Amino acid sequence: MNEIFGNPVLAKALPEAIVETLQMVGISAFFTVLIGLPLGVFLHVTAPGGLRPMPVTNRVMSDVIVNITRSIPFAILMVALIPLARLLTGTSLGPVAASVSLSIGTIPFFARLGETCLRDVHIGKIDAAQVMGSTTMQVINKVMLRESLPALVAAATTTVVTLVGYSAMAGLVGGGGLGKLAYNYGFQRFDVTVMVVTIVLIIVLVQIIQLLGEWIARSLDHR
Amino acid sequence: MITVTDLRKVYRQGKKEVVALDGVTLSVPKGSIHGIIGHSGAGKSTLVRCLTLLDRPTSGSVSIDGTELSSVKDSEIRTARRRIGMVFQHANLMDSRTAAGNVAHPLELVKTPKDQAQAKVAGLLKLVGLEGFENAYPSQLSGGQRQRVGIARALASDPDVLLCDEPTSALDPATTDEILDLIQDLTTRLQLTVLIITHEMNVVKRVCDSVSLLFKGRIIEHGALQDVAGDLESKLARALLPLPPSESLHGSLEDGPVLEILFAGDSAKEPVITGVARHFDIDLNVLAGSVETLGGQQFGHLRVQLDRNADFEAVLDYLHARGISAKRATSDAPAPESPVQYLATGEKK
Repeated sequence: MNEIFGNPVLAKALPEAIVETLQMVGISAFFTVLIGLPLGVFLHVTAPGGLRPMPVTNRVMSDVIVNITRSIPFAILMVALIPLARLLTGTSLGPVAASVSLSIGTIPFFARLGETCLRDVHIGKIDAAQVMGSTTMQVINKVMLRESLPALVAAATTTVVTLVGYSAMAGLVGGGGLGKLAYNYGFQRFDVTVMVVTIVLIIVLVQIIQLLGEWIARSLDHR
Repeated sequence: MITVTDLRKVYRQGKKEVVALDGVTLSVPKGSIHGIIGHSGAGKSTLVRCLTLLDRPTSGSVSIDGTELSSVKDSEIRTARRRIGMVFQHANLMDSRTAAGNVAHPLELVKTPKDQAQAKVAGLLKLVGLEGFENAYPSQLSGGQRQRVGIARALASDPDVLLCDEPTSALDPATTDEILDLIQDLTTRLQLTVLIITHEMNVVKRVCDSVSLLFKGRIIEHGALQDVAGDLESKLARALLPLPPSESLHGSLEDGPVLEILFAGDSAKEPVITGVARHFDIDLNVLAGSVETLGGQQFGHLRVQLDRNADFEAVLDYLHARGISAKRATSDAPAPESPVQYLATGEKK
């Protein structure tokens, strides 16, 4: 105990690191859902056999997404996007700048997950809504999104957990946060205490996110 | 009143053309229930999709009370759809909405004021016998109750036509009867025009006023229930009044001619069999029989073997003179592609 509380690095840098990590995860989670969800809806609705099939656009979008998520390792994507971060936020350092590349890294991931959730809405429900005289937007809002909400929350939870992992990586290239703390002190200076504390904190953070997400998803699910 | 005229739907599968509907014509008057029966692949689903405009027919027309539906512009398609209420096999309710929420769904789409919608939903739930279940989610309801919610939802937009696609195929026999009774009751009460698409003969027997037999995209037989049931030659009669396969053609009166008899209505009440026996002084052996009340009228379908010495033609004449259809029984093993072979004929087990 004394080792933890007496550690000067932890006393001085830990609170700031926690705040930075939460900032990175919070900001990028917000933008990921904000942009990723409509993108997922678009992918689903424009797919062949969807509500508004647009085969070519759909194909192109799918390919772009697959290439971002599958082909480019996140570590490289993050570094490559530093100029964009500077353009958007005016700086290449700190949690806000890191959120740019974090968001761009996870938006396609969440869009794919979201698309899968929407695809799982039973086709009979879509038919029923259309026969009632729903517009396309009404089908999307009142049926697709509403019926897949529990699954979407679960998908968002998975995405945020992924973001926690990515944020640690972002810490190494100027994002700050727990990742930077663990690397700079735990790794470079062989401070085992710092390393252990950061790891435990990240595990706790992921657990909280996971439990919260599951709880929300369950309370929304009436099946 | 719904009128379907020469409806055709052709799908393209690569270079091949698949004719799903090959000129379907039918008309159902207001306040009556019409059954469309056929086994899977007959074109039932395609017909439903064309009637609800989920698919555009290739040619032909669908009209309700003289208003053409099949040729409306895309922008008017939603208004047109609201004239048809649809009941699905699995109810297709929204799991995230309560019973009341599901019934209110069609009302929300046209921005019905809240208090007005609420009153209407309460009324509809009462109409289908679900008072007190307003706040229940579909997962908390039984299959029959879910289907009742589905019916209430279908009626929410005050449709002229109720289209039921296999409404009871996922329900047990008792619940099936309840739901069919409800549909029948609503038909007279609200003066609806009802189309029931089904593969169960039992549904037709129980509620339909008229029936069409759909086979390979065509209606090959149709008419009022009493008319088709009373016609010995009709395929529907064989399905409505089924007899066991004719392996049992040979009874105890070996080699005697076998007769198939179909009597309907008043003639069903006369003692036909004993009449023949007495008149010709011969023995008769009933090999198989099926008796049903269809559309409020009694029908009997019998397979009877006569004494080998009986004058077959004279017996036929005797029966025909009394308005009873009769013919020599043929080995009636249905052809492999018989339109009625796979139809569920009896009660569900």
